[in-house]
Amino acid sequence: MSTDTPGSDASGLDRAEKAARIRRLLETEGEAIGENTRGFNQGRYDAVAELDDYETYKREAREIKEESIERLPELLDRLRDRVEANGGTVYLADDAADATQYVTEVVADADASTVAKSKSMTSEEIEVNDAITATGREVIETDLGEWVLQLAEETPSHIVAPAIHKSRDAIAELFAERFDPDDPPETATELTRFARERLGERIEAADVGMTGANFITADSGTLALVTSEGNARKTVAATDTQIAVAGVEKVIPTIEDLQPFVELIGRSGTGQDLTSYLSLLTPPVSYPSLDATDPSRPVTADGTDREFHLVLVDNGRLEMREDEQLKETLYCIRCSACSNTCANFQSVGGHAFGGETYSGGIATGWEAGVEGLDTAAEFNDLCTGCSRCVEACPVGIDIPWINTAVRDRINREGESGSVDWLVDGLTPDAETPGLSLRKRFFGNFGTAAAIGSATAPVSNWVAGSRPAGWAMDRWLGIASERELPTFERESFREWFDRRGGAGVPASSASREAVLYPDVYTNYIDVDRGRAAVRALEAFDVHLRVPPVGGSGRAPLSQGMIETAGERARAVREALSPHLDAGRDVVVIEPSDVAMFRGEYDRLLADDNPVATASYELFEYLYGLASDRAASEALRAPESTGVAELAYHSHCQQRTLGLESYTVSLLERLGYDVETSTVECCGMAGSFGYKTEYYELSVDVGDRLGDQFAADGMADRRVVASGTSCLDQLESLLDRTPSHPVEVVAPTPE
Amino acid sequence: MPTALTDEFTDELDELDVGWTETTASNVGAVLAEQTDPPVIGAPSAHVSLDSTPVDVELDPSLEDLRAARTGVTDATLGIAPYGSVVLRTDREPTTEAASLFVDRHVVLLGADDVRPDVTAALRDLAPAFRSERASAIVATGPSATADMGALVRGAHGPETVHVVLLTDR
Repeated sequence: MSTDTPGSDASGLDRAEKAARIRRLLETEGEAIGENTRGFNQGRYDAVAELDDYETYKREAREIKEESIERLPELLDRLRDRVEANGGTVYLADDAADATQYVTEVVADADASTVAKSKSMTSEEIEVNDAITATGREVIETDLGEWVLQLAEETPSHIVAPAIHKSRDAIAELFAERFDPDDPPETATELTRFARERLGERIEAADVGMTGANFITADSGTLALVTSEGNARKTVAATDTQIAVAGVEKVIPTIEDLQPFVELIGRSGTGQDLTSYLSLLTPPVSYPSLDATDPSRPVTADGTDREFHLVLVDNGRLEMREDEQLKETLYCIRCSACSNTCANFQSVGGHAFGGETYSGGIATGWEAGVEGLDTAAEFNDLCTGCSRCVEACPVGIDIPWINTAVRDRINREGESGSVDWLVDGLTPDAETPGLSLRKRFFGNFGTAAAIGSATAPVSNWVAGSRPAGWAMDRWLGIASERELPTFERESFREWFDRRGGAGVPASSASREAVLYPDVYTNYIDVDRGRAAVRALEAFDVHLRVPPVGGSGRAPLSQGMIETAGERARAVREALSPHLDAGRDVVVIEPSDVAMFRGEYDRLLADDNPVATASYELFEYLYGLASDRAASEALRAPESTGVAELAYHSHCQQRTLGLESYTVSLLERLGYDVETSTVECCGMAGSFGYKTEYYELSVDVGDRLGDQFAADGMADRRVVASGTSCLDQLESLLDRTPSHPVEVVAPTPE
Repeated sequence: MPTALTDEFTDELDELDVGWTETTASNVGAVLAEQTDPPVIGAPSAHVSLDSTPVDVELDPSLEDLRAARTGVTDATLGIAPYGSVVLRTDREPTTEAASLFVDRHVVLLGADDVRPDVTAALRDLAPAFRSERASAIVATGPSATADMGALVRGAHGPETVHVVLLTDR
């Protein structure tokens, strides 16, 4: 164990290894992963747009899951009664070992030489294949993607489409190598036929069929399986013993409750309205199995004496149910929307962004719950909290919050380190001594920025120097390729005071507002603050810029929940006289608006008066501007000489539905606005600064850069709302991007 | 008679590239002659007697018959208009599952009256049988498909093509 960096954050060596691993995945799997996940993601947007009742179904699905988990013990009892009345057996397995022992016994009792298996994440979680194989029997994966992985001895890179990291060519090569066929299959159709034939024979000959379940209804004992290929159907049809392995969280009360899930799961995952087959099986099923020993006999002569074993897996889930932070994970229907919409996942897939079994945003919750914090810690950093998955999730799970909560636990697990004195004073936080130096630095960036500003320009020279770059990389894990932000000698608040405060007296004002001096506006990008003041005052807003500290976004992104909570309480207190006086709070930085409206509800235990009073800058300007007044107050293309803009909205801003205000107002002023369609810029606060994630951040950013360099975009002036996005765009493009308010605000007098 | 509901249903079948024919129960034989490739297996229909059509349908197939079958003919008990889905009650006739799955082409017989306006209505219809009769059903939407081999391919483990015979007098 390296001791130079306390806490569970990576040491310099670990960082180098991690960077190398990510680089390798970017090179080998990134292209196939990216193409597929972006296809699924676009499919989701298209498919949900066609569903009129999308939001209603999401709400219903959420309510059913909340109710089911709340009533879980009772539903499990009812389910057991039903399945037993139907003629099946229920086994509630405490953990993976318990589950696999039961399964191997059933397989042995059936004297099965081959188990045909359809795709099931829970069966991967308990590693049932290894357990069965160890008893000298064979397991054959019948899902084509899983079969490819079984042949290649690889693990899934995606929870729904497990082999998306493999190209068609790679699969063709694999088949040629494994089977040495006379006429090697090459096209996707040929490969599918080839696999179907081989698997068809194996399924017919199998004695036990193993499936998972997407949902299980307690009222009837019915398994709902969402599939496309038909292999799950064949697996059940052909064999006379069926084993279904499912997590306990899969139970829902009734058959009717399936409706919202049925309509959401395919759309949310791969963009299919409904997948080809929804199997609603109430086992033991009544149709005859196939007996390969006498193929000339009518199949109905075999009778219908079937066995059914439902193995319900706890493996940490019942504890998750009692865990306020992890509980929401149990609502997950494993649709993969959070993987497909995730900018980082689109670059590296589940082999980097995943644990033992699960991958993508929600995997942190699953892995922390079923495997433990160590496994979750391996990939938890890859969630940047961009929040794009929150609106994509069909059951509305606050996935970034789960990632943050787990990050906080990981931080607190760290050993007490020896270099804390380095950051004493720089990092007045409420965290454990074991927290890594880098997390401390980024988490307390507001303090560092205040000192940096007070000592500028010396601080900028030092930070930009070669030795400092080396030290940053060595001690803090900050990529030496990145330019650190340049601190302004005069802060935004100092400037505002120096100019004499409000330019519009309260007596003649249309409204009174506080302009929140976020850390970046205050110390680094003072220009956008000045522009915001000019724009707001053009609408006769009486402004105040009181001393309000950081929102807590920075510490929260490092998993420092206590510290973020302290910041939130301080912000609430500082704003409280203004809120009491009925003043609005205008916020330039979208990640801070998201904080005020979102995470503050949790951090302030639902006593969050900041949420309803706060507005994103353009949301506020939009509200102030009528058609006529907008062009009188703000600068139109005739005045700015710029007509065409390329706009990148901030990820969290889009999740809040706030992108449209900026676009609408710019268009109303006469600008021609094209927007980016990427989910995130890849910088995501401190993420893109970290040594081991630098290349991933650039890979994600390149997709944005490519869009803005394409035909019709290349000559446009680039504007973006978020600080991180502006930093990333600046490093990607030759053009200097700016906040849109700097385009439209009146020129300084 | 075509209705707004069956129109919506057949529009969705078009979207799925699923063929369809509107006919009456008495004309099913002619449609099957056109839409099936031999050998044909099937499950007894509640709408028509499959023994009395010009097509030779094996209603009690062996495993060899399943292996050789090109076409399977079965009833669907419900259709779901906005999705072009058909609901196959696999617990009613012992060969429904096999005849709709171990074939290249699935020909579905569906009463026009059995088309439901949405998933909710279909589940409402099915729920009592699930609770009291240990029902099982497949909601089939288009042919079987996979994207696991580098591109979307129709006809994975199940049928590659589907044709729905919509019985306007049923």
